[in-house]
Amino acid sequence: MNDFGLLDGFASALTPTHLLFAAIGVLLGTAIGVLPGIGPAMAVALLLPVTYAFEPTGAFIMFAGIYFGAMFGGSTTSILLNTPGESASVMAAIEGNPMAKQGRGAQALATAAIGHFVGGMIGVLGLVLLAPLIAAVAVDIGAPDYFAIMVLAFVAVTGVLGSSRIRGFASLVLGLTIGMVGLDPITGSPRLTFGVPQLADGIDVVIVAVGLFAVGEALWVAAHLRRKPPEVIPVGRPWLGREDVKRAWRPWLRGPFIGFTFGSIPAGGAEMSTFMAYVTERRLSKRRDEFGHGAIEGVAGPESAASASSAGTLATMLTLGLPTTAIAAVMLAAFQQFGIQPGPLLFEREPDLVWTLIASLFIGLVLLLLLNLPLAPAWAQLLRIPRPYLYAGILFFACVGAYAVSGQPVDLVVLLVIGAIGFGMRRFGLPVLPAIIGVILGPDAELQLRRALQISDGDVTTLVSTPLSIAVYVIIVLLFVVPLVLRLRRSRRAPSSEERESESV
Amino acid sequence: MTAPARSWWRAHSELGVSALLALVGVLVLVDTVAEGGLSGGEDDDPIGPGAVPLILGAALLVLAVLLTIDVLRGGHGEAEAGEDVDLDAPMDLRTVGMLAGVLIATAVLIPLLGWPIAGTLLFAGAAYALGSRTVVRDIAVAAAVSLVTWIAFDGLLGVDLPGGPLMGPLSSLMGAAG
Repeated sequence: MNDFGLLDGFASALTPTHLLFAAIGVLLGTAIGVLPGIGPAMAVALLLPVTYAFEPTGAFIMFAGIYFGAMFGGSTTSILLNTPGESASVMAAIEGNPMAKQGRGAQALATAAIGHFVGGMIGVLGLVLLAPLIAAVAVDIGAPDYFAIMVLAFVAVTGVLGSSRIRGFASLVLGLTIGMVGLDPITGSPRLTFGVPQLADGIDVVIVAVGLFAVGEALWVAAHLRRKPPEVIPVGRPWLGREDVKRAWRPWLRGPFIGFTFGSIPAGGAEMSTFMAYVTERRLSKRRDEFGHGAIEGVAGPESAASASSAGTLATMLTLGLPTTAIAAVMLAAFQQFGIQPGPLLFEREPDLVWTLIASLFIGLVLLLLLNLPLAPAWAQLLRIPRPYLYAGILFFACVGAYAVSGQPVDLVVLLVIGAIGFGMRRFGLPVLPAIIGVILGPDAELQLRRALQISDGDVTTLVSTPLSIAVYVIIVLLFVVPLVLRLRRSRRAPSSEERESESV
Repeated sequence: MTAPARSWWRAHSELGVSALLALVGVLVLVDTVAEGGLSGGEDDDPIGPGAVPLILGAALLVLAVLLTIDVLRGGHGEAEAGEDVDLDAPMDLRTVGMLAGVLIATAVLIPLLGWPIAGTLLFAGAAYALGSRTVVRDIAVAAAVSLVTWIAFDGLLGVDLPGGPLMGPLSSLMGAAG
């Protein structure tokens, strides 16, 4: 066995090529985080076709830089505009924007940037310590366990996030169905191809992801484009006074533990992490009356949790091959395109890739702090880009990406159809995440199911034959049934449709 | 249709989603059965390739019914918000239609004109559809973005994008320089 470790990872990450990829990643990521309309998942999806030309390690260093950079950049938007750039930075808007309005924008930006740095560092440290342990335990788990964990991922992203379970599951099943199109990997017989030979290869994940994220988003924004761009609060160079640091350092250190935990479990993601960190800080604060009017703790805690949650998400994705967020799902698709299967064996089979990637996360975080702390006002200038150019550009690169997959103009029509589905989903409140997880993870889940039944000669009880799989199904039942019972009880007291709306903030 | 009936349908437009789910469900079931999905598996693959699609097709039908019930009871999905999204304004389907037209035109034009020109028209057309009226500046920006992208992708990254008729002279020029 190859005993390539973290130090070798640093040696490899510090080579000029890998440093260049990290720098490009964090620059792109920060820009994407600041810009409205583009999220990190969309950006990685758009870059998938380009990265075929790269070696995988460089590509993943860049993707990880985009992921963490988008977290940093997203908070700039939420603080200076009242509208968060990423869903993860909603909490930063609640306290950061009032701070900016009171003329403390510079302090809010500094609190957020240092929070991301601290959270990211502690989170990646957690990844270094925990990932090999999880991988070592997970090496022994079999097909029934994998299937159970994937079902958990489906149920969790669908049932816990979003306001309506029916719509979440509709989105999930649509995604699973799209993932099923093409030749069956075991028998080679065509499925859901409707006799169209072009569908035998399946619908490329890149086109699905770009269509749902980029084209769907651009069309949706186009239908409701704000004719007057929102006001950006002008701000100076970020800095912190002694009093601010005194109030922020504890939340900075608490956030990562909340963030890493919720980032690593399905249905956590950055949204849940930042929300939990915010609630915790409000409860612990002695100045609870300041919350909602610019409490610095409410910026520090959630922002450090946000970056730590990215590390948690990466831990689950690398060790179990399980995506808990949209960007992790797209990164999993990227691994599959390179013919690499993330999972417990990844640390044994590709130690140089994994440790170089992890080492470059540390380097990327340092670069991000340097980029964001002094340069935040410059990044804010990106918010002045004319919206027609921004969305025309998104459509342009979506077309380049879709065309580059196989060089067929007809793929642009497929792209438009999937974009129309993405538009409809946004219009009618079907969440996009379950669909994309379904497309990417669905074929894998089916494979594990059939493999399990193959080993057991068709005996269905094999699915609940191991302690782990039983435990996972119990969790699924708890996640799914308990809230349902609670809701039924509540709805006996109050009309149901009203409360469903008030549930989603 | 009478006016109250029309406004009822508008308020319950989500029933269209139910109909779509049901339609996809039926298509999935029909196609799976037609491709021999009912025949089951063999010894080394007990459930066979048809089982999961059949389950998904059935699930789509069940979800269509559940969603219909939910909508009729007054439930509705929330339209997605965003920093550039103004949900109070009525939906501007004209812009969406123009953008869709631009995408289809691009698909048609790529083989004829190549990426640099088709991409320029795509960017400029989309910017126009989105309300930009500085036509000369738009075309200049579009041409710059398109040309730089083509050179970067086709020349540097090795992603094959057709240059089109105009690019013969240009690429030979670049070849001579490089």
